[in-house]
Amino acid sequence: MAKMGILIDITKCIGCGACEKACKMRNDLPTGLENNLSATAYTVVQERRPGMYVRRMCMHCENPTCVSVCPVGAFTKTAAGPVTYDKDKCIGCRYCMYSCPFSVPKYQWDRVVPYVQKCYLCADRIAEGSEPACTAACPTGASIFGERDALIEDAKKRIRDNPSRYTDHIYGVQEVGGTSVLYLSSVPFDKLGEPFTMQLPHKPLPLYTWAALEKVPTIVVVGGVVLTGIWWITSRRDEVKKFEERTQQHHWWQAGMKKDDTHKGGERR
Amino acid sequence: MLFRIPKITLWRIIIAVIVTLGIYYTVIRYTRGLGAVTNLSDKFPWGLWVGFDVITGVGLAAGAFIIALAVYIFRIDTYRPILRPAILTGFLGYSLVAVGLLYDLGKWFDVWHPIVFWNPHSVMFEVAWCVMLYLSVLALEFSTVVFERLRLNFLKQAIHLLIIPLSILGVILSTLHQSSLGSLFLIVPSKLYELWYSPYLPLFFFVSAVSVGFAMVTMESFLSQRFLGKGIELNLLNGLARVNVLVMAFYLTIKILDLANRGVLGAVLSLRFESVMFDIETMVQVIIPLLLLLIPAVRTSARGLFITSLFIVIGFIMNRLDIAITGVEASSGTSYFPAFGEIAISVFLVTMGFLAFAFAATYLNVFVHVQKKEETPVEIIHDV
Repeated sequence: MAKMGILIDITKCIGCGACEKACKMRNDLPTGLENNLSATAYTVVQERRPGMYVRRMCMHCENPTCVSVCPVGAFTKTAAGPVTYDKDKCIGCRYCMYSCPFSVPKYQWDRVVPYVQKCYLCADRIAEGSEPACTAACPTGASIFGERDALIEDAKKRIRDNPSRYTDHIYGVQEVGGTSVLYLSSVPFDKLGEPFTMQLPHKPLPLYTWAALEKVPTIVVVGGVVLTGIWWITSRRDEVKKFEERTQQHHWWQAGMKKDDTHKGGERR
Repeated sequence: MLFRIPKITLWRIIIAVIVTLGIYYTVIRYTRGLGAVTNLSDKFPWGLWVGFDVITGVGLAAGAFIIALAVYIFRIDTYRPILRPAILTGFLGYSLVAVGLLYDLGKWFDVWHPIVFWNPHSVMFEVAWCVMLYLSVLALEFSTVVFERLRLNFLKQAIHLLIIPLSILGVILSTLHQSSLGSLFLIVPSKLYELWYSPYLPLFFFVSAVSVGFAMVTMESFLSQRFLGKGIELNLLNGLARVNVLVMAFYLTIKILDLANRGVLGAVLSLRFESVMFDIETMVQVIIPLLLLLIPAVRTSARGLFITSLFIVIGFIMNRLDIAITGVEASSGTSYFPAFGEIAISVFLVTMGFLAFAFAATYLNVFVHVQKKEETPVEIIHDV
């Protein structure tokens, strides 16, 4: 299946909140618009500058941090693009929340049995050949759904055709190795607030920890061999010492000379 | 005698208050959720329980694997008297980490999931497995002391046959997870403050864990001597301090080299909150202890070694809390200070650890040599 994605054109967003309402209805979340992403708002529209609305949602990274950090593999990057969450596997360590570069996963802090909540790009609707509820609801085409490659071409064309309207950057093509959700803006992204102001590397974040994790088998094998070797040498040394002591007892004429050593040897097991 | 009312002392009152608060907040945490007890939020999902109870706790229990390495693998018999207290601390420390996890995990009843659901790309997965296996290793290692007390000699002998492979496994597992706790933070290069974020975090975590392991063993010995009348000879503690000087000097050197390599050495002098915290932490954890150990009067007195170790332990705790909490505050867009409930639970767990140690030291042969030496000046037969 082709890799799908969403293109969010900030210049076209009028801040009506239709996407958020559609999302809440689709996911049976309590109605009422919210200011920030939360356990009950998988997407929100925020007025970051006068008349400039930024829609926030899960970026659905190409190489997602959450997928890599989760100790039980509760997150999955699906072939079609969505990053989905299995609430039954989750143990609630919240490492995904701590490490997500976009601070997307949210938690049900008030529940006795809490789950992580985030946008899953309506993965079930995409699987049926449909599109996410939010893009379907957008009245201005500020959020459109399509194949990621096609969306990038579309975004490039928009910048080319209208260089005065856009800053020359498609956010999400390279950030942390690329994301399925892409942004176009009229002002430079570092003037749009978080998460855009954060200096994110172009290298996928999971590679940073993999650099350490890939050494684990080596440490186990080398450690095992070296430690066993050291133990063998030290125990052999003790055996030899013991043997020499015993021999000394037979050769009574030597025993007196090594009296001190024999005494020391008594400390051993 | 049976119905005698225990003497009421200041310590007992303090412990009673801590236990009462601990139980109270435990009930709230499990009946009303994490939000009711903690100051954690979506912006700040990790707090005192992860930072102190889990990440710091594992480090503080590192003494066990180092002493086991010295005694079983390198066969340095001199340190045998320290072995049992160190293994006891390790076992209790890791047990408390496991209990701390049960408080912190949202779905604590699914704590066993990493056994079944695997993700080898996750550092947390590796840490979970290592801690699980190492806790088992420590339990087996310490079980000999319990079997000895129960006079189950055949069980003690059975474990003893396995002691070398167990120790080797323990050293490997400890090396892996002590360093991996640092690897946990490799994935937040843009969130963690530049003085702390380094590709060498795993190495720093490992070396500082070794250093604090020595310090913890020294502190326990001093406190046990003081309150239980059982401890370790001064010359052994002095030997540990000597090795620790090398470890700390190495730590300080690689820290400075790393800062210089990354071109952030100048940030040490900045007056930013994080920089000041970094400086205090480094002073307390490494520089002051190194300077103290230069003084012969400190090196050769139990009290001096205790105070030096106290600095190392406090500095170590600061270091871990700085990385897990302080270092990510700026990028989180919020500030965090643990709620009273979080502190109460952490203090409760530490108190439980102290009580368990005192209990074990009283009723089991933990400080085996000092005790026996006075009774029997002849050769002592000891297996563990």
